[in-house]
Amino acid sequence: MADITAQLTDIERKAREAIEKADSLDAIEAARVKYLGRKEGQLTGMMKQLAQLSAEEKPKAGAEINRVKNILTELLDARQADAEARAAALAPREDLTLPARHVWHGAKHPVTLVIDEICEVFRTLGFTRARGPEAETEWYNFTALNTPLDHPAADMHDTFYLSPGVLLRSHTSPVQIRTMQNFQPPIRVVIPGMCYRRDPFDASHAPAFEQLEGLVVDEGITFVDFKGTLAEFARRMFGSSTKTRFRPSFFPFTEPSAEVDVSCTICGGNGCSACKGTGWIEIMGSGMVHPNVFEHVNYDAEKYTGYAFGMGPARIAMLLYGIPDIRLLYDSDTRFLEQFSGQ
Amino acid sequence: MNISYRWLKELAPTINETPQEIADRLAMLGAPVDEVIDIGASIGDVVIARTVSVERHPNADRLSLCQVDAGGEILQVVCGAPNVRANAYYPFAPVGSSLPGGVQIKKAKIRGSESQGMLCSARELNLGRDHDGILELHGDFTLGQQFIEAVGLNDARIVVDVTPNRGDLLSHWGVAREVAPGGQSDLRLKFGAELPAPEQTTGTGKAARISIRIDDPDLCRRYIGVAIEGVKIGPSPEWLASRLRAIGSRPINNVVDATNFVLHELGQPLHAFDLDRIGKNEIIIRRAQVDEQITTLDGENRKLTAGMLVIADGDRASAIAGVMGGRDSEVTEATTNILLECALFEPKQIRKTRTAIGLSTDASYRFERGVDPDTMSVAVQRVIGLIIETAGGKVTGATDVYPNPMERTAVRVRPERVSKLLGKQFSATEIGSLLEPIGFAGKLDGKELVVDVPGHRVYDVAKEVDVIEEIARRYGYNNFDTALLPFRPSGVPDDVLSKLETSLRDMMVARGFMEARTTPFAPAEDGDVELMHPLSSAESKLRRSLLPGLLKRVEYNLYRGVRNVRLFEIGTAFAPGSDRPSETTRIAAVFTGLRTPPHWTGDSGNQDVWDLKGLVEDIAAALGIGTVQVEILGAGLGKDYIDAPAWAGEIFGFEALLPATGFAAERITYQAVPQFPAIEQDIALIVPEALSSELVERTIRQAAGIYLESVHAFDLYRGAGIPAGTRSIAYRLRFRASDRTLTDKDADEAVGKVLNRLNDEHGVERRG
Repeated sequence: MADITAQLTDIERKAREAIEKADSLDAIEAARVKYLGRKEGQLTGMMKQLAQLSAEEKPKAGAEINRVKNILTELLDARQADAEARAAALAPREDLTLPARHVWHGAKHPVTLVIDEICEVFRTLGFTRARGPEAETEWYNFTALNTPLDHPAADMHDTFYLSPGVLLRSHTSPVQIRTMQNFQPPIRVVIPGMCYRRDPFDASHAPAFEQLEGLVVDEGITFVDFKGTLAEFARRMFGSSTKTRFRPSFFPFTEPSAEVDVSCTICGGNGCSACKGTGWIEIMGSGMVHPNVFEHVNYDAEKYTGYAFGMGPARIAMLLYGIPDIRLLYDSDTRFLEQFSGQ
Repeated sequence: MNISYRWLKELAPTINETPQEIADRLAMLGAPVDEVIDIGASIGDVVIARTVSVERHPNADRLSLCQVDAGGEILQVVCGAPNVRANAYYPFAPVGSSLPGGVQIKKAKIRGSESQGMLCSARELNLGRDHDGILELHGDFTLGQQFIEAVGLNDARIVVDVTPNRGDLLSHWGVAREVAPGGQSDLRLKFGAELPAPEQTTGTGKAARISIRIDDPDLCRRYIGVAIEGVKIGPSPEWLASRLRAIGSRPINNVVDATNFVLHELGQPLHAFDLDRIGKNEIIIRRAQVDEQITTLDGENRKLTAGMLVIADGDRASAIAGVMGGRDSEVTEATTNILLECALFEPKQIRKTRTAIGLSTDASYRFERGVDPDTMSVAVQRVIGLIIETAGGKVTGATDVYPNPMERTAVRVRPERVSKLLGKQFSATEIGSLLEPIGFAGKLDGKELVVDVPGHRVYDVAKEVDVIEEIARRYGYNNFDTALLPFRPSGVPDDVLSKLETSLRDMMVARGFMEARTTPFAPAEDGDVELMHPLSSAESKLRRSLLPGLLKRVEYNLYRGVRNVRLFEIGTAFAPGSDRPSETTRIAAVFTGLRTPPHWTGDSGNQDVWDLKGLVEDIAAALGIGTVQVEILGAGLGKDYIDAPAWAGEIFGFEALLPATGFAAERITYQAVPQFPAIEQDIALIVPEALSSELVERTIRQAAGIYLESVHAFDLYRGAGIPAGTRSIAYRLRFRASDRTLTDKDADEAVGKVLNRLNDEHGVERRG
């Protein structure tokens, strides 16, 4: 027994020294095998010697061996945890400055963005959205809109004809007529859509372009409603400090007719190149619906009044995004389109 | 319309605003100004000089050596103009002065002779395009006086953009009436001579030896003819020439200039014929005859058609009525007797004629927009005065052929209608004070106002609402309230197709596509609806489909070095229809290149047909189309449309019709989430190439029993160990019961049935 005790003390001392010295995971594992290994372990070897002891001594010696084994196991575990921590601290880390994995980003067309924004503003002002055909008859495009075909006003529409009397609409205004034919007041609609004029492409013209029409008809609508609604639209669309100016103009299907200017979105009205130094930017043609138009759709012009307006989303997109040439909008160059991702 | 500021002030001396202030106010009155040009700004250094002598340059045939008196010592000037002569006045740029375009005049030696300044042409002074010679000045001048001061060109040109309804603003008189503080009562016109009262006639009349006849009084309402005999044709005096130059018009001779002057002053087009070249001493206003021709003043020989109106003499057409005079009866230097025409033509007729011959002139522009019938006799009086003042002669006869004097109808205006439309009350007195300055006269009749429309507005103001617009315009649009008043929301239902378009756009953008907007013009082979007058023969039709145009856009991008292209468009396609073409709204998309942006892990592949199939299925679901069958019709279809560079990857695309009624998915009803776990089994099958996976899958579904939850193919293999003409497809079957946990035994039984059925029906074996 004394022999065993002495051996045990010796093993414990040596093992403690070895564990102390082991400075790598490999060395720690080697120490574990040397002292606690199942086959060759010195402490395991001690267990085999128990058989030689008497029944009285056996439990004592066993307990003693276990005590040492627990101490060594604890020391080894602690040492291993230390070593692992040190190894982990030294291991190479993922370099998260490398580029991430992405998906492609799509983009709506800038003109769509503007149309959606305008429609959304008008939605908050009680408007719904309507549409109509792009191939129209002369009656819808001109006659019903109080535009005789031989009036100089027709000069303003250099139109694509498909056959005598049938044409590609030169403005979205024929949808005013169709809307009034199909519904009764109160009418508050915005109508975005494609229009066509025989202008070859240049920096500021396109033969096919978007227009956004608006029409309000009800009892009691006045010039003051007209001005108030469009001024409110301008503030919601271009910013709360936007000022509005109404200038007399001429459109056959409205009277009084007006051009609507907003204070320049670039310089705020001080004058810059975008507004040609005037501080104002013309954004739409508009006016009170002409009684002759009401007559064409069998509305009682004495009972109902209304107003209409039309603007060019492409022109507004050019203004808002600083696009210098309208052709960029219709080239479908992805290097242009991708700039509107996330808008 | 070009307006001379000084001319305007001469007509309305009460105007004391600057040219820019007038421009700003015109804009707010409905006539925006394109620009205000300070005419004298860049030629302020130029002075009046007289040539004392002109000799040929000793060393150059085409140059002259001039001794010039500019009010100081005599200067030697070398001049290259063919028209330079001794003892004439010219604009002179002395040494040290500058000219338009930044030209600096320096002392120079030209072919060995010293030159101390430059005699100037109209073009060098920015006063016109004329560069045939230097600008000779006519009249008496003080040598050395500032040129612009001496000729009255210290002036500003106001370029007014006049809307088609405001023909009355196409004259200085009309603009002055609009902007003078007191309106037309401020306007003054100086008459140089008295007009003998013309004989008023109907249908025919006689001016001196010329008889005048109107054949078609609907097209020519009135014709005043005045004969002036003994005129001496020559250059206009400088004050008159300068007025024309100030508005960008070129002086020609005193008689022609006088008619042009009155056109721009009063808006009445006038024409002067050489009285001695009027055949058979008669003027007939008639329709052109078939195959009739005329050489107009611009030297063009023009074929006339029966719809056109001409001024003819006894032999032939001598002017296209209201558009341009003829060369045969033109006033030339040899002319001594003239016949002045002051006519009133039907606007629509003039428009028809000038459109047909493709010629728009100052005269036709005004006739088309309506000339004031009340100004005609004033205009005649004014032009006679000017001609006698500048060319001498005397009136030997005048006639005024006016078969059916124009009737005027007064417009009745109800004050309550005014406030109903404008949202503001106006009293009759207020309305009067707004409209009287521009020539309207109103009187009360009960509660209504009876408004007399002046001649200069009869073409534009005919109804109550026209007068209401004038009230609003003269009151000032910006003086009305701008208030957001209560409104009733729209009774028009929201367009359902727009909603669908928006959701499709969102979907495509989320999948990395960029929205294109292309024009619908297509080459002949890609459309069925023809344009009558296409912009180019390469785009003569309207597209029947969006895809060809989009493919062209892919090509556009590829040739700009972009390899990864993903474009979509939502737009209209056209097909022949009954009264007009039928239209369908479509979505189309095209794509080529990598599935995801390139990544350093190297795990992004090229998009392929499975990406296309997935996209098509998702779009179909969004459009409410139940099942989609995708078939390969042939490779290289897009090659017909696109010439892709060799390095370009495969290009994929689809097009789908949007239902006109829109589509919104049905509202979902909640289903209980599974309570018990699922069990999965994989089976690999040897499937003949001729047997579609779809059919295998259908058989599995039919045989697997009620616990089968899903089946999907997860692997495909061809090659070693698999017999030729077959492939191995592996399917994962998932089973689940709603009331208990399934065991392996349940799954084994189901799989066994599946394998048996596959073998029975299709001879398909499990892969060993």
